[in-house]
Amino acid sequence: MTERRPHDSSREPAARVVGLSKTYGTGEAVVRALDDVTVDLYAGEFTAVMGPSGSGKSTLMHVCAALDQPTSGEVLIGGASIGSMSDKQLTLLRRQEIGFVFQSFNLVPTLSAEENITLPLAIAGKKPDAEWFEQVISTVGLGGRLKHKPNELSGGQQQRVAVARALVSRPRIVFADEPTGNLDSRAGAEVLQLLRDSVDTHGQTVVMVTHDPVAAAYTDRVVFLADGRVVDEVREPDREGVLEIMARMSEAADAGDAAS
Amino acid sequence: MIRAALKSLLARKVRLVMSTFAIVLGVSFVVGTLIFSDTLNRSFVSLFAYTVGDVVVQPEGGDVPGGGDSTATVPAELVGRLATLPGAARADGQIGIQGVYVVDTDGDPIGGFGPPSIGGNWSDAPAGNGLRSLAITEGREPQGPGEVVLDAETADTSGWSVGEVVPMITGEETANLEPTLVGIADFPDGGSLNGATLAAFETGAAQELFLDGDDAFSDVWVTAADGVTQAELRDQVAEVLPDGFEAVTGDSEADAAADDLLEAISFLTIFLLIFAGISLVVGSFLIVNTFSILVAQRSRELALLRALGASRRQVTRSVQLESFILGVLGSTVGLGLGVLLAIGLRAIFATIGLDLSGQALVYSPRTFIAAYAVGIVVTMAAAYLPARRTARIAPVQAMRDDIALPEESVRKRFRNGLGLAMLGALALLVGLTDLVDLGNGAWYTGLGVLAILLGVTAMAPVLARPYLELTRALFARWFGSIGNLAGQNSLRNPRRTAATASALMIGLTLACTMAIVGASAKATVDKQIEDTFVGDFVVSSIFQGAFSSSIANRLEGVDGVEDVVSQRFGFAEYDGGFAGIGATDPDDLDRLDLTLATGAPADLTLDTVLLGTSFARSNDLTIGDTVELEVNTGTVEWTVAGTFEASSLVSSGLLTSLETFEKAGYPAQDYLLVVYDEPGATGMQDKIDQALADQPIVTAKDQAAYAAEQREPIDQFVLIIFALLGLALLIAVLGIVNTLALSVIERTREVGLLRAIGVSRGQLRAMITLESVVISSLGAILGVLLGIGFGLALMTAVRDEGLDVIRVPFDQVAVFLLLSVVIGMLAAILPARRAARLDVLDAISTE
Repeated sequence: MTERRPHDSSREPAARVVGLSKTYGTGEAVVRALDDVTVDLYAGEFTAVMGPSGSGKSTLMHVCAALDQPTSGEVLIGGASIGSMSDKQLTLLRRQEIGFVFQSFNLVPTLSAEENITLPLAIAGKKPDAEWFEQVISTVGLGGRLKHKPNELSGGQQQRVAVARALVSRPRIVFADEPTGNLDSRAGAEVLQLLRDSVDTHGQTVVMVTHDPVAAAYTDRVVFLADGRVVDEVREPDREGVLEIMARMSEAADAGDAAS
Repeated sequence: MIRAALKSLLARKVRLVMSTFAIVLGVSFVVGTLIFSDTLNRSFVSLFAYTVGDVVVQPEGGDVPGGGDSTATVPAELVGRLATLPGAARADGQIGIQGVYVVDTDGDPIGGFGPPSIGGNWSDAPAGNGLRSLAITEGREPQGPGEVVLDAETADTSGWSVGEVVPMITGEETANLEPTLVGIADFPDGGSLNGATLAAFETGAAQELFLDGDDAFSDVWVTAADGVTQAELRDQVAEVLPDGFEAVTGDSEADAAADDLLEAISFLTIFLLIFAGISLVVGSFLIVNTFSILVAQRSRELALLRALGASRRQVTRSVQLESFILGVLGSTVGLGLGVLLAIGLRAIFATIGLDLSGQALVYSPRTFIAAYAVGIVVTMAAAYLPARRTARIAPVQAMRDDIALPEESVRKRFRNGLGLAMLGALALLVGLTDLVDLGNGAWYTGLGVLAILLGVTAMAPVLARPYLELTRALFARWFGSIGNLAGQNSLRNPRRTAATASALMIGLTLACTMAIVGASAKATVDKQIEDTFVGDFVVSSIFQGAFSSSIANRLEGVDGVEDVVSQRFGFAEYDGGFAGIGATDPDDLDRLDLTLATGAPADLTLDTVLLGTSFARSNDLTIGDTVELEVNTGTVEWTVAGTFEASSLVSSGLLTSLETFEKAGYPAQDYLLVVYDEPGATGMQDKIDQALADQPIVTAKDQAAYAAEQREPIDQFVLIIFALLGLALLIAVLGIVNTLALSVIERTREVGLLRAIGVSRGQLRAMITLESVVISSLGAILGVLLGIGFGLALMTAVRDEGLDVIRVPFDQVAVFLLLSVVIGMLAAILPARRAARLDVLDAISTE
């Protein structure tokens, strides 16, 4: 397992979530996906967000990533609140401050691996910083397959391209939504290691939503969500510790169900 | 399975409505045309019933359709004899002469094009079958010279009321009349002159004006006594008729007159049906494409149905059922639109004088059968290939993520397309040249064009590849990564891109061909006028008709005019068709500067004729041959005295002497005058205009104005065709909209991803607009290339027939290409907006 840095309390948050609520629907059909969530996501850390299905972890990530608007409360990315931003500002925010890794890779099928990686820069009209680009490329470890189209790559290779795409514009924060969900354990491990390395070597901030305790074990910190609230948090997690907390949450949920 | 098909139709309403649009347009053209021609047919027959007697007696042969007036008449003494026949209740002499124009209160002549302007005698004779013909509704009958009765429609249009002096123009020696309007006549029981104008004089006055004072008539109506049929009366009449006259029943005369009129406007029916065909062909492209895309998108669903136990046949049937329903829908809407179109056509015809507003539209069962047959057959035929393809979807594909619909290889398609195009080229060659005599060349030409268009469409995915690669590279350079993405997207499925572009290609091919034909025709006119125009002015009727021969005398008297050369014109039947016959004084051939290829001016004696070189060639006639023509006085045989080179001042293929012309029963009226000024004369246009001031139907034109006048009908014709092709373009645009919209839906997730990594809405719109422009410009380039090819082939083929200048209007071609870019941008608006509005989160999570 890799070496992890202890938490440095002087570290600035890359994103702050303050009293965030998110509801869908109205009246009787209202669904409260997030209920007054307050959490800081620290710069240079690898954070996992865990929780059972319907706990709100994906919603939290979508709002933090400027893909969705909060119902109430605030999300601050680099000090700017996204609640008041226009679509144009949100687009710019995503372009400049945020990187994404999706569960299902989501590469542009018409573009080669290399073109996919440089796409965010190209869209922003920037030239890739040659040195940084080389570094990203080399960590992805695609070797001679950079000119290949996505459908000529394995799932693991595609996801590594997706990670490289998220890293290439040096975003303030990279969000990864179940990045290993569609991969076998070996390919998954490679992707997680790639994310871990980006945190360790380049101080990249990474936030990952997962339900896999093995994946969570790669992170510095795990935030647990249930029913739209933060219910627990663990630093320097290991697989067993995470499993234990999950079991406890599951029991609590069962007890809650029984009581109601 | 039927339920599944219906559900799937309902789920894709909008897309299907768009692809049905083409069918709707095509069907509505078919329906509108059929309804309108049926209506014309019935109303003409019923209307003409009011304009014939029970039995009509006329000079034999005096019935060349469109042949204008005959100078042959029926003597008045015959009328009295006919009235005493046992089966006759009465007999009335009728005079009807064309080219008698009423000038309205603004000084403009009424009518002119289309329905005739008739001058004649007032008669209260009943029409055939006891129908009441025109009756005075206001004022009284004309009682002497200087009095006239107008039909109500003409009185209304011209603005004159009873008691006022009505200026009129005739082609007779007395070119201007100023009778007083004493009465207005109308059909008491319905009936109409079909847009013709009628000015009726007292019989003696009419004979004086129109028949040189002879006591004679144009024809005689014999009214049957009670209980006598038209046929019985005709037989009685025929027995007493001297040679040179014939008797026909009113019913057959009405039918014949209606047939003539229908034939004269049958070009319109053919024209509209051709465009119905074009929109259906373009529309079927749209349907093929839409169904291909829909089937591709649904392939997983179809595979699932297969996995659940549906047979190949059931899957295929479900798609065919969808197309059937679509065909029924399209036909029904098209039927409705077709009725509107027929109403529109009726309104358009009313503006040119053929007022059918009182006539109910005729809905024959044939119209309904044709509408549904055309709509359903075309839709199902177009959907056949995509439907058949579904049978090749394997059930196992339901389990796969990336599913590709099996398609015939692009190479194979290219080969088939090439074969088809080559067959088409062969048919075109046969159709345009007379290498092999196979009868109707137009069919071969049409089929050849269609085969080439379909062949090129099949080849398009391969042909388009270099262009798509090029645009991708250019777009990447000009518009950066967004341009690159757009270019890549159009390359993603070259088959789809090419098929969508093909619809536009067809419209532009035809437009481009027409542009070349129009430009070449105009250039030919210009060149001919430049080469052959002589004299200083040409005087002719604004209605392309005859005018009084006194005009020439009048102009000869104008100060500064040295000489006036006149030419006459009439129609005859030749070899089953029409032939124009010109006539001039043989001594004036020099003055017309006519170049004789063979023969000499002196050879043009009685019963001889000169032929235009192209007329002689296409009818295989040379000096000494006999030309048999059907003219007003019957059949004549003229000897070919020589041939002349095409001239801008002789529009007919046959040119004879004045003497021969008059003998054939054509009135002594001029058609075209060439005016020579005295050397050094100035201000001639004004002087001539002044001399023609009271003859608003004729104008004097110098060389430039004459050229402009000759070019005008060509421009109008090309414009009408462009307008109709505009419909084909509209269908093509809808095709692009459809394809783009479907592509956007297909790529929802990708669009979401692009938005997530920072692509702005504007950039997304730009990307889709560029994709659209790639499609439209591809269609335009293919269309322009094909159109130039067809245009050149066509013009080369007709080179021998007088159109010897071939011109490609590059300015128009450039406009077409630019237009295609605009079309692309317009077509992208809705799909781009749709893409830009996609919710990022929803889009990413779309399956």
